[in-house]
This record gives sequence, structure tokens and C-alpha cells, in this order.
Amino acid sequence: MTKAIVDGKEIDVPPEYTLLQACEAAGAEIPRFCFHERLSIAGNCRMCLIEVVGIPKPQASCAMGVKDLPPNKDGSPKILNTKSAMVKKAREGVMEFLLINHPLDCPICDQGGECDLQDQAMAYGVDAGRYRENKRAVEDKYIGPLVKTIMTRCIHCTRCIRFTTEVAGVPELGAIGRGEDMEITTYLEHAMTSELQSNVVDLCPVGALTSKPYAFAARPWELNKTQSVDVMDAVGSAIRIDTRGREVMRILPRVNEDVNEEWISDKTRHVVDGFRTQRLDQPYVRVAGRLQPVSWKEAFATIASKVRSSSGKRIGALAGQMAGVEEMFALKSLMAKLGSKNIDARYPGSPLHTKFGRASYLFNSAIAGIDDADAIMLIGSNPRREAAVLNARIRKRYLKGNVLISVVGEKADLSYPYNYLGAGPETLAQFVEHAPAQKEKPMFIIGQGALNRPDGAAVLAMAAKAAASLGVVKDGWNGFNILHSEAALPGALDIGFVPEEGGMNTAAMLKAGELDVLFLLGVDEVEVPAGGFVVYIGTHGDRGAHRADVILPGAAYPEKSVTYVNTEGRAQMASRAAFPPGDAREDWAILRALSETLGQRLPYDSLGALRQALYAAHPHLSRIGQVTPGDASDISKLAKLGGHHDKAPLRSCVSDFYFTNAITRASAIMAECSALAHAAARTAAE
Amino acid sequence: MSVRRLAPPEMQPKDFSFSKDNLAWAKKEITKYPEGRQQSAIIPLLWRAQEQHGGWLPEAAIRHVSDFLGMAHIRALEVATFYTMFNLWPVGKFQVQLCGTTPCRLRGADDLEKVCRKRIGDQGEVTKDGKFSWVEVECLGACVNAPMAQINYDYYEDLTSESFGKILDNLAAGKKVKPGPQIDRQLSAPVGGATTLKEKA
Repeated sequence: MTKAIVDGKEIDVPPEYTLLQACEAAGAEIPRFCFHERLSIAGNCRMCLIEVVGIPKPQASCAMGVKDLPPNKDGSPKILNTKSAMVKKAREGVMEFLLINHPLDCPICDQGGECDLQDQAMAYGVDAGRYRENKRAVEDKYIGPLVKTIMTRCIHCTRCIRFTTEVAGVPELGAIGRGEDMEITTYLEHAMTSELQSNVVDLCPVGALTSKPYAFAARPWELNKTQSVDVMDAVGSAIRIDTRGREVMRILPRVNEDVNEEWISDKTRHVVDGFRTQRLDQPYVRVAGRLQPVSWKEAFATIASKVRSSSGKRIGALAGQMAGVEEMFALKSLMAKLGSKNIDARYPGSPLHTKFGRASYLFNSAIAGIDDADAIMLIGSNPRREAAVLNARIRKRYLKGNVLISVVGEKADLSYPYNYLGAGPETLAQFVEHAPAQKEKPMFIIGQGALNRPDGAAVLAMAAKAAASLGVVKDGWNGFNILHSEAALPGALDIGFVPEEGGMNTAAMLKAGELDVLFLLGVDEVEVPAGGFVVYIGTHGDRGAHRADVILPGAAYPEKSVTYVNTEGRAQMASRAAFPPGDAREDWAILRALSETLGQRLPYDSLGALRQALYAAHPHLSRIGQVTPGDASDISKLAKLGGHHDKAPLRSCVSDFYFTNAITRASAIMAECSALAHAAARTAAE
Repeated sequence: MSVRRLAPPEMQPKDFSFSKDNLAWAKKEITKYPEGRQQSAIIPLLWRAQEQHGGWLPEAAIRHVSDFLGMAHIRALEVATFYTMFNLWPVGKFQVQLCGTTPCRLRGADDLEKVCRKRIGDQGEVTKDGKFSWVEVECLGACVNAPMAQINYDYYEDLTSESFGKILDNLAAGKKVKPGPQIDRQLSAPVGGATTLKEKA
């Protein structure tokens, strides 16, 4: 530990601390533009200058270590001043230089109101400039459909370059030219290809990089901010939903060190326009082949007549990828009242089941556990497409060094190098009886692509056996990780939204002629055969709605308060930021009203009452924000599943990152990104 | 200094690859650096590519070199645009770099500039026959022999508009020219012979 006196206050900090960290530890606030906790140190903006007594010139505190300070002759601690007249003058000088070339266009700048330069100019700026020459002007660059550039505003902090190179792992942004003529651009103004590229908008301390879809849409002070969680993948990134009136304007990341640190994927951020288009805003009933708008009463009556003429055995329910725990719980109760055991939330073939215990279907090491792992094997997963933020975490682990990353499955650019072991399940088979890995904390990451297939059970059993022999599961470490790609599934498995003995699973329910009535809770990804009567409860006019005989308009995730369980088993609550459009209602309320018409009234009149019942049945769901770990012994149960695996190679379950659910398919921006990605893939193949 | 951009697409060759000799040289050059640090060879390789391509660096060459070194294209572009000695636009067979810094200015660089403008055209322009182009550069470190210019690899010093014009004439005609001081002087020794230490010891 090293002692220092910051503004008269003595502190003791680890020697590897920078002066900036030491000052912050002492409670001093240091202005900065280029420095960022999660990026490498550049030290080029000079805003963080402080005074070190004994050194005649001000020092850039972000780039100097406490241990690099020359000791005082008498051995007394170094004195650091962050508020002295010298510091203020130095910072004012830096600010004046920064403002020389920065345009005074704050009134038309999208960063206005949340701009670091604006804020810090309030503290260190002077009221009038002394610069009488012409300002520099820089041509704007095209760097993709998501990030708008106004490069004259750029102050050359290089945060964006460091982010794409280090965190995203796709070195596309760079600084060409030198000195005053330095310009940030991509190579020949190609669009960026990273799934995390929009984070540069948050990182940019000025308005040089702003969100293109959100350009000139709203001012930060007009927005209502609601903390929520993301459901575009099963990572459960912490987000903030900004709304103005009824409309969701944008989605920003929140810091959650255990899950997404402070990044979110482009899909999470830019799916916003999908909430406005293709929405179902009133109930429909299919009459003579065409969907006709009807009242809720008529829609319920139609369903009731169909359900009454059927029996429990011939009624089924499927839950889709963005269904919340509460509504699945309500649907499960309703199905039980109707005498049906046919409920499922999994893809055909998936062997995951509540009966094997929670550890059998969760990301057991937790996402933060990736930081500790020293060997990672990806099985049938492309985390870059299935969970882009989690992939950045693996890359972070790779950059730290001393980790063995290997892949069984698809060969793809994951933004870090890896050992490619093979494509098919037979590659995994060689690990079933293998000497323990010479690693402290080995980890499996098993994607849904390895499980959602006819031999899913055999592959899962094999993975469990391999985990046992390699030492992936041992005392104090459980590295057996299932990476979910759909936000609803871990929650569905937690509450048992899967068929028990005698119930039909997804594959069985989707056979033609098996069911009279099928309830779809936002299911769009599977093909529902002709025949049976389909009730679709959902938000968008997508595949599920096209097949439906009755459509009940539900609420999308920013429009309801609902619980999701992420792939780690972390219960998180999404909050209501806006209201569903038109006659659409929250899904649990639809099910409650429907149950009344069906004569099987659900015993909860409010969301609070529903939650009470839910928490009584599944107490761990009430611990919002916390991971309730599974029991590692569950994994040995999986090994007994057995079965025979076939030869088909393991593929990622996500083929197009930008199109994974009904909301993304309704978004024009996602469509543009997807088209760009496909075009880039085609050029690369040529 | 001004913003440096790549030449427009219509001037760019479609592709570029090292000649056989240069490829062998480049492979050897890379071995100077430890494993995983091959990118350090970027400047010599770009320079060799520029020499091979008639004195300027096309976009295809930047791409080729970065692929060769296994680095992102933008990283090589950063280097190529940072250093002004990488010419991003076509240059003449004889590229004149005219020193325009204070000592040369005081000794008559203005006259040389007029010669350049008259004979070659504006800065960066290539003459129709493809022989000449010129650019003003900062101090080339030959102030004792001011004014001076560098043509390709050689310094031509103690120039006047006449002697400079003659050099350009001779180069255009394919005649041999003598680099170094263009007046009666040995390198940077005093004009007109030694001024001190004349007596024998």
C-alpha cells in the first residue's frame, strides 16, 4: 500500500493505482474525456491534470501510477492537489484548447444535455473565446446505419477506437492523419460490423458519435427513465428505457457488473422502432379465412366455445421466447384448471427439464465466473450471435491471458482465437472418458444449438459425462453452463412450464391433428400445422399471428411489469415504461379475464396477488436481482439420460443476430443491419 | 500540413502484390521482429510497396501489406496517412521535394517555387509526360546549402532558379545530373575554398 495526501486527506491505496484512482478513492472528482475504466489508458485529452507537490508541471493523473511518483526526501507521503489554483488554471487551459475547434452547435446537437464537454465547460470553460482564426471543419464519415457522425465535434479522445479494438474485438475504427487533421473513421468508410458498435455512442464524451435512429428525436430532459431488463437474449442485460409520453424513444445500458458491465448489444438498443410497427392493438377472430377485428368479449366467447367442445387432453399451450414468468405461471394454472398437461416452452428436441434440477439448465458459474475460468469450451454455441455481451466477457477473459478456449461446433469469427476441435457430437464423445483437465476452473458453455435437435438428450448426457471426467464440476466450482438464447426459457423451466408425465411436449403438440385448441403465448418461431384452433396472445403481427384463429393483443416487455430469469438463474424484474397500444392488455390480465369466460376463474385479481401465489410456489423468484444457484449434483442426473447421438454437426441456434424474434422482425433498423451483415458475409465469401 | 486522403478510386490500381524479390525481402524483414510482433514491420514494408509502385502508395498496397502482416486494414491506413513521406497520390518519375523552411526561404526558395510552378504546375500535380511532380516539405536538414530540393533520393543544394531549371531540363532529357552543391563548393565546406586553417601545421 502506498500513502498519499489528496487535498489534505491522507489515504492508503494499492501501489498499482493511478493518481486518478487514488484521488477518487479520497473522494476528489477528476474531470476526464479520454479515460474510461474499462478501456486502456490513452492519456491524450489532458483534462485530468492535477498538481503533485514536488513536480513543477501539472500531471495527467489517469496515466501516472502512484508507485511511479518520486519519493519525498524525508519519506513523507506525496501531496496531490486537485483543487489548487494551478490545477484550475491548467484545466482551464486544456478546456480552452479543446473548445478552439469544437463547434458551438449545442442547440442542434443530440448530445446536448448529456454531454461531458458541456458539463465540464460549465466548471472549467471561460465565457468568451480568444481564438480569432478559422475553426477546423471535418467531413462526416459513414460508419454504419447505427452511428451518426458529426466529426467536427470530435475532440480526439479515441475512446471509440479503443472500444472497438479492445472490447468488441473488431478493430474497425481508427484515426487517420495526424495532429489537427486527425480524423476518426473506418477503413474506406465501411459500415462497422460489431454487434456492440452502438456502445461507442455512449462512450463518446461529445456529440461526434450519436445514435442515428434516435437523431433529433428527443432531448434528454423530456424523457422519463425507467430501469428495466433486456429480453433480446437470455443474458438479461440491465437497461434503461427512455420514454416520452406513450412512446419508447430509446434504450440505454445500465451498469450491472455481474451481467453486462456497461455494454448492451445493438439489438437490445435499437429494437425500439419495432415497438411501433406491426403491433396488434385489438383482438381478432378468423371468420371465413380472414381475421376480423372484434371486441374482447367476442374473442373470449369464440375461444370458450372451442374449449368447451374439446377436452383437456386435446388442449395445449406453448410459451414463446419473451414470455414473462408471471404470465406463464398464469397460463400454467389455467391449463391445469382445464385439465391439460400439455405445456411447453422449449424447442422440439430440447432435453432441458425442470425435473433434472436447476443446475441442469442454468449458466452455473454465473456470467462473472467467466472472469475466473482458465479453460472454456464452447459446445454448439456462437456466443457472439447468441449473447453478444457475454461474448465480450469471454474476449475480456482472453485478453487477460492464460486461458484455453476451444470450440466444438460451428467455426465462426468470435472476435478471439480458439482451438477448433470439431463440428459434431463425436468430437464431444472423446471427452466422455478423458483424463481430468490440467486446469483449475474449466468451463463448458453449451448452446441451444447443441440441444434443440432430435438427439439433444444424448448430447446433453455426453456433455454432462465429459464435464464429470474433465473436472468441469468439482468442489467449489461448477463450470457446467447452459447458454440460453431466449429470455423466457430459464423462467419457464423454473416454474415448470414443461410437460410432466403424460403431457405432450412441443414436438408432439405440433403434430397435425393432435390438438383441438393450442394457446400460443408469443410463439413465433415454430411452424404450427393446419388443423387445430390456435389462440395467439402476443404483440406483433408475425408468424404466430398469421397462423392464429384468435388473436389477443398483449404487451411487449417495456409495457408490463414482469419477471424474467436470465441464463444464470437470476430473477430480474422488467418495469413498465410505456403502455400497450390500443386495446392491448398485459398478458396476465388477458389470461385472468379469459379464465373467467372459460368458467375456470384464476384466483388472482391483481398482479400483486398473482406474484404472491408465484412466490409461494417458487420462493427464489422473489429474490429479484440475485442468483439462486442450482445444486451441482443435478448434473450427474443428466449423465444418465443416455441415448444415441447422430452425426449432424452442431450449429448455433441463431443464424441471423438481428432477426431473432417478432419485435426485431418488425424493426426497420434491424432489417437494415441484417441486410448489411448478409452483404458483408457475401463479399467475404467471394 | 493538410488533410491527407487516398487518391480517388479511378486512379487506384485494382490490386497490388509484392514482386518476387520484394516478397522474399519482406518475409526476411518480418523475421527481425519477435513472434506476434510482425506488425512492427509495417513501415519498411509500406515503403518498399511505395518504391515498387512508382513512388506512391495505392489503397490496394495498404490492404496487401496489412493482410500480409495480419493486421486490420484501418491500422495500416493509420500509419500510411500519418507519415507524409508515404505518397497517397500518384507522383512523377522525378518527385521534387522543395524545402520551404526559413533558411531556404531566406536564401531564395521562393524563386525555386516559381520554377516549379512554371515547369510542373501546382503542388501534387503530375506533368502530362508523367516525369515530374513537386511538393513543398519542411526542413530537410541541409540549411548550410540552402536553398535546396530533394529529387527522388538525392539532394540538390545551393540552387538558383537557373541551376534548378537546368537540373530539371537534364532530368527530363534523361541526362545525368550531379547531386549535391550546384556551385563551386565541396559539400558543406565554405564557398570559395577554406577560410581558416590555411597554413600548414
